Amino acid sequence: MNRFIELKNHQREIYYFRLRLVLSLGFVAVMLFILLARFFYLQVIRHEYFHTLSDSNRIYVVPIVPNRGLLLDRNGVVMAQNYSGYTLEIAPAKVTDMDALIAELSRLVTITPKDIKRFKKLLTERQALETMPIRSQLTDEEVARVSAQRFRFPSVEVKARLFREYPFSDVTAHLIGYVGRINQKDIEQLEEDEIASNYMGSDYIGKTGVEQSYEKALHGTTGFEQVEVDAGGRAVRVLSRTTPQSGSNLMLTLDAKLQEVAEQAFGDYRGALVAIDPTNGEVLAFVSKPGYDPALFIDGIDTETWEELNGSLDTPLNNRALRGQYPPGSTIKPFMALAGLHYGTRAPTRTISDPGYFMLPGSRHQYRDWKSGGHGAVDLYKSIVVSCDTYYYGLATEMGIDNMHGYLSRFGFGKKTGLDMDGETSGLLPSTEWKTKRYNQIWYPGDTVSAGIGQGYNLVTPLQLAVATATLANDGIAFQPHLVKEIRPARGEPVLTEHKQMYDLQIPPDHLKLVKSAMEAVTKPGGTAVGAGYGVEYRMAGKTGTAQVIAMKQGEKYDAKKISEYNRDHAWFIAFAPADKPRIALAVLAENGGHGGSTAAPIARKVLDYYLLGKIPKPLQAVSEKAGSESD
Amino acid sequence: MNLRKIKIRFMLHLDPVLLAGLGGFLFISLVLLYSASDGNWMRVLGQLGNIAVAFTAMWIVANMPLHWLMRIAVPVYVFGMLMLVGVALFGEISHGARRWLHIGVATIQPSELMKIAVPLMMAWYFEKHEATLKLRNYFVALILLVLPVALILRQPDLGTSILIAASGFYVLFLAGLSWRIMIGGALAAMASAPFLWSALHDYQRHRILMLLDPSQDALGKGYHTIQGMIAVGSGGILGKGYMNGTQTHLDFLPERTTDFIFAVWSEEFGLLGNLLLLGLYVFVIGRGFIITANASTYFTRLMAGSITLTFFTYAFVNMGMVSGILPVVGVPLPLVSYGGTSLLTLMLGFGMLMSIDTHKQLVKT
Repeated sequence: MNRFIELKNHQREIYYFRLRLVLSLGFVAVMLFILLARFFYLQVIRHEYFHTLSDSNRIYVVPIVPNRGLLLDRNGVVMAQNYSGYTLEIAPAKVTDMDALIAELSRLVTITPKDIKRFKKLLTERQALETMPIRSQLTDEEVARVSAQRFRFPSVEVKARLFREYPFSDVTAHLIGYVGRINQKDIEQLEEDEIASNYMGSDYIGKTGVEQSYEKALHGTTGFEQVEVDAGGRAVRVLSRTTPQSGSNLMLTLDAKLQEVAEQAFGDYRGALVAIDPTNGEVLAFVSKPGYDPALFIDGIDTETWEELNGSLDTPLNNRALRGQYPPGSTIKPFMALAGLHYGTRAPTRTISDPGYFMLPGSRHQYRDWKSGGHGAVDLYKSIVVSCDTYYYGLATEMGIDNMHGYLSRFGFGKKTGLDMDGETSGLLPSTEWKTKRYNQIWYPGDTVSAGIGQGYNLVTPLQLAVATATLANDGIAFQPHLVKEIRPARGEPVLTEHKQMYDLQIPPDHLKLVKSAMEAVTKPGGTAVGAGYGVEYRMAGKTGTAQVIAMKQGEKYDAKKISEYNRDHAWFIAFAPADKPRIALAVLAENGGHGGSTAAPIARKVLDYYLLGKIPKPLQAVSEKAGSESD
Repeated sequence: MNLRKIKIRFMLHLDPVLLAGLGGFLFISLVLLYSASDGNWMRVLGQLGNIAVAFTAMWIVANMPLHWLMRIAVPVYVFGMLMLVGVALFGEISHGARRWLHIGVATIQPSELMKIAVPLMMAWYFEKHEATLKLRNYFVALILLVLPVALILRQPDLGTSILIAASGFYVLFLAGLSWRIMIGGALAAMASAPFLWSALHDYQRHRILMLLDPSQDALGKGYHTIQGMIAVGSGGILGKGYMNGTQTHLDFLPERTTDFIFAVWSEEFGLLGNLLLLGLYVFVIGRGFIITANASTYFTRLMAGSITLTFFTYAFVNMGMVSGILPVVGVPLPLVSYGGTSLLTLMLGFGMLMSIDTHKQLVKT
């Protein structure tokens, strides 16, 4: 019945539709005209210009690599810099007989078998139309000799380049890291981040340490030149130039001298030390011993040296401070004491009697104190001073593992600290939930007992323990640990890293006072680190610790002499000073060092002496010159 | 109309005029690929294979009756959207963008499917509400367009999202979106630009500036534009001759078998060649307009119009990009550039045009 109206609408609709179609046609015509005009402009009016560009000359875009930013310590001491030098490079694509060429070249310049091995390894890593260095740091004489013979070697070039140098070498190897040649994997990552074009012409990229984590700031912006070259490939003139922008210089929070003092204080021990300013989170020293020579990695390391480093029992390539995971041992006790006070499990005045061992109710298994015969009557204060194990066996059992987990995780145990360096590990703070997930097993009461003295499943990194110590020293107010104090761009204002407060644990002052005074007494007569505290000119607080490497059988006695060196216990020491107003907090680990008081604490003392008093220790003096009278 | 022509039209559902135009393009494509790939027969044979697949697909679609097209609109759109979401969640990353989806052995690019699915869906929607078109319906259709475009923009794939946005806009325009709204929308977009700009991250601004001024990125995309312009300009009126382009054969032109193949054509055949190519585009687009004008239903009018105009946009964006008046957004030259996927979607579109044309005639007689 609406047929009439519909029909009418239909016709009107067709009319409007065709109108719009005609308009579209007009739009197409206009666009076509624009294209035609553009073609006319390019191909007729500007034809001569483009013809010249394409035919008689060629335009090349040549990247200009920016200078990499420098790394300075907090006092301006240079920790990574650039120097210019010459390399001898070969374009593999143009070579038919590589061995013959190398043989020829070695008559002009010294090429060691190591150089050749390194070069061949480079060849396998990056297949591209570019040149690869076979020798770096040519002498002036060598440069002259190769240049004079250049016509004989069309595939060989002498290039002037900037090289990276690390003045502190192995002392800062794990902190600064190193740059290395860009490989296929790096290229893929750069492409994914859409910054590959900024790396045109760049040979190096930060691979580890600060060099890696601050790669973006350090690299700078690549500039470029448009040059006209003639048919022979020689540059005729520069058409335009965009100057590169150098990378930012970084001022680190680190104190280079302190780092050196700390590194030397280890003597022949392997281990790690992290020192932090507890009031702002600035990392003052970051040592992992042994280090390695980062220069080995810059132009690619030869297989032999790499295998030697990688296979060494001392694991010099392992960044212990950042990635090493060890049981915290007795250094966990001050934190456990705070947990006991927090949950009300232990009143400050409550005294237990220590017969030298602890037994779970209904069990005959003896958990032994480190001191046979025990410490007698022990309250919370004394439990820290003499590092009484029995006290903490009981405390942990009564508190329960999940409460323990809850409180200790507030100090950052079991979590990454978020340091501005890649590759951190998170340690392990066990709980019943974790054990179910990991092993699909229930939590046994015995697990809690050993967890109470920082053994069993517990694992911490030296960095984590240092951050937790700094948090304790700063009355429960934790700052984000960081390595870079200031970023100084080539142009523009320097950017200061802000001191970011991570959390405030709001620990009651009387709890803090009790635990801190006990930690101070650790370094005094009667304490486990009395040797390291002998004659100290400021108020030093600390706690010793020992991390078991192998388990002892029931009734067996630990005898360092009987055990091979690599199975000896690890020695820990955490410290802060001055005790009333801490300016530095640290954690020291001496691998297989035995007792914390005799091995680790003296290292800490030297670091504190230098930082607070400016005392420089006699170089490389034996570390355990004054063994602690007691141990834990 | 002689008997043979009628036979082609009604028995095979192929449109001889359109077929002639498409054949011209595919011929050019093969000839040009041989030069652009430095005489690499494998490339030419590869493209011949692509053509065979795409032609078969076109023919199948051309044989579909119109109500089939109507019926597949919604499922195809929904399927495409699901795959886009799939790409966003677990897509394969390649060259810094997330565009590909792994399904068993094959890797597919769902955004290509949307080039057809979006206008199809919108046209279907307008057909459904033809009798009672209100402002609200245009709004719903706009949403149907904006959702996939936003997902594809995020991948990021600027070229494809521009083409899909254009195809959807053509449907809206032909469906009679009022001038007031279009002008109002354009004004609103211009007015809000400064606010949007200030809401962007630094890196996003940087990317937009780079797009507008490629000389900022002379090592990356700017290099493409510069070399493309040199190729076009140095071709002159008559061109340097087949297989004689120095920009092409001395390795200066990037992407010369795909996005920048037009630079090869321009360099070797000059302004005359460009006129010939533009003429061929006008021929195919003209035929598309005629089919559109004669289409019998609202749905087919919108669909045919959108396919034709999108095809033109495709060509315009690519040639504009190569000759330096548009930023480099990664759009191939339709029917000429090497590559199976874009060819397949284009030919599916032409298959629909043929179906629209040939089935209508049947109904009338």
